[in-house]
Amino acid sequence: MRKVYFDHAATTHPDQRVVEAMLPYLEEAFGNPSSLHDYGSAAKEALEKARAQVASLINVTRPEEIYFTSSGAEADNFALKGIALGNQQKGRHIVTSRIEHHAVMHSAQTLEKWGFQVTYVPVDKYGTVDPADVARAITPQTTLVSIMHANNEVGTIQPIAEIARITRERGVLLHTDAVATVGTIPVDVKELGVDLLSLSSHAFYGPKGAGALYVRKGVRIVPFIDGGVQEGGRRAGTENVPAIVGLGVAAEIAKAEVPSRAARLTPLRDRLARGLLERIDRVYLNGHPTQRLPGHVNVCVEYIEGESILLFLNMQGVAASSGSACTSRALKASHVLTAMGVDPALAQGSLLFSLGRDNTEEDVDYVLEVLPPIVERLRQMSPLYTARKDN
Amino acid sequence: MQYSTKVMEHFANPHNVGEIPDADGVGYMGNPVCGDIMQLYIKVQDGVITDAKFKTFGCGAAIATSSMVTDMVKGKTIDEALKISNRTVAEALDGLPPVKMHCSVLAEEALASAIDDYFKKKGLPSPVKLKVGHEHEAD
Repeated sequence: MRKVYFDHAATTHPDQRVVEAMLPYLEEAFGNPSSLHDYGSAAKEALEKARAQVASLINVTRPEEIYFTSSGAEADNFALKGIALGNQQKGRHIVTSRIEHHAVMHSAQTLEKWGFQVTYVPVDKYGTVDPADVARAITPQTTLVSIMHANNEVGTIQPIAEIARITRERGVLLHTDAVATVGTIPVDVKELGVDLLSLSSHAFYGPKGAGALYVRKGVRIVPFIDGGVQEGGRRAGTENVPAIVGLGVAAEIAKAEVPSRAARLTPLRDRLARGLLERIDRVYLNGHPTQRLPGHVNVCVEYIEGESILLFLNMQGVAASSGSACTSRALKASHVLTAMGVDPALAQGSLLFSLGRDNTEEDVDYVLEVLPPIVERLRQMSPLYTARKDN
Repeated sequence: MQYSTKVMEHFANPHNVGEIPDADGVGYMGNPVCGDIMQLYIKVQDGVITDAKFKTFGCGAAIATSSMVTDMVKGKTIDEALKISNRTVAEALDGLPPVKMHCSVLAEEALASAIDDYFKKKGLPSPVKLKVGHEHEAD
């Protein structure tokens, strides 16, 4: 059976060069970067090389502005909590959006429990934040604005550079969760104008267990983990050297390959989206028509539920994901689709196909071939479909 | 997915999908906001359920429990059918993941709703105490 992996938003297959670069650090080069001896300095050197590689990918001039974390989620937690706590003498208000990744959203909710005020700006039907809403939300007490670079579910790219002009003018820091974009489309912290940026290794063919937060020099941020001198004293704990080395190599490869990755993915994405709309009745594309990630196709299939579709797709060798309530442990429909105003019953039929660099036209055509019969079968079982046909 | 083999069998090839045009009782339970909707049809002869069919909008567990509950009620008297609980259905499927137990509640309630409808259609007092609506339990 053909295997098609269309779930790159969940994780990616590590690049062989990444895996090979990591192996020595799981074996003979096992040193602790904080040690003075040769074992330590070899590990330290590898760590700093990775820092430079990550810095270069996002056009950061000073590698020391890159802080390694265990994940993109940790980087988001570090940014929100570290900035809110570090700048509370100025004020206790932050601004974020309704479509952020849970790592940002739940950090913001934790800050609310700690007595901070949070404004969640809305999005339009395409999932785009209006910079004017951000401008209106900023008060003299605001210390931070956190808006994601691109949404991980629907793929909509946000107008970060425009938002940055507002935050700079108002003297507010800007963080962007760029986990969905770094390694997928060109990301340049200077062009974006952000003060902080989160990224994750396994989103772009690196290993799990490594992420990074860019913090512009001079930004006041409270340490995230106390207990040691690692990462400039801001994130204690012996570094996950193998994973960080992997992240570095993945970043170096991405720097060279990102433009061609995006150019190759876009036509595949469009072929899939077009094919779905042509072959299946009552399918709706979610997200912005043009300002979207090159590999994301998010659709709602009316009258049926996402998990059932995923189970049948999996039986046909196709891996995808869904924002339906039934697929989430919290049993709630995707907050992103809800914020975009998608009807809750329709959101139950949401499907996300996230394509990656190894996918081919044959993969797309295979999915276009196997999905319509699955949809038809589930619709024949659905009382909603029957009710619609009776009308 | 941590579904049992039995759940996957019933999901992939569900039994009793469809409608019964001259059903003696029709149950409709659920809410599209929280996820699942189940429509259950029963045919009753001399107090015995002779046929049952369903249509379900929902996840793998919702479809599998619909298939199982319609299998289980066939040949049972109304009294026996009313004793089928969500746990009985889940156990017959070799268990459900904890987060999916609410789907078996839907099956139980759709069945109760169909039996209630049967009594109402006959103009008899219904022994069924329906819970209002169907809400997901918290995770």
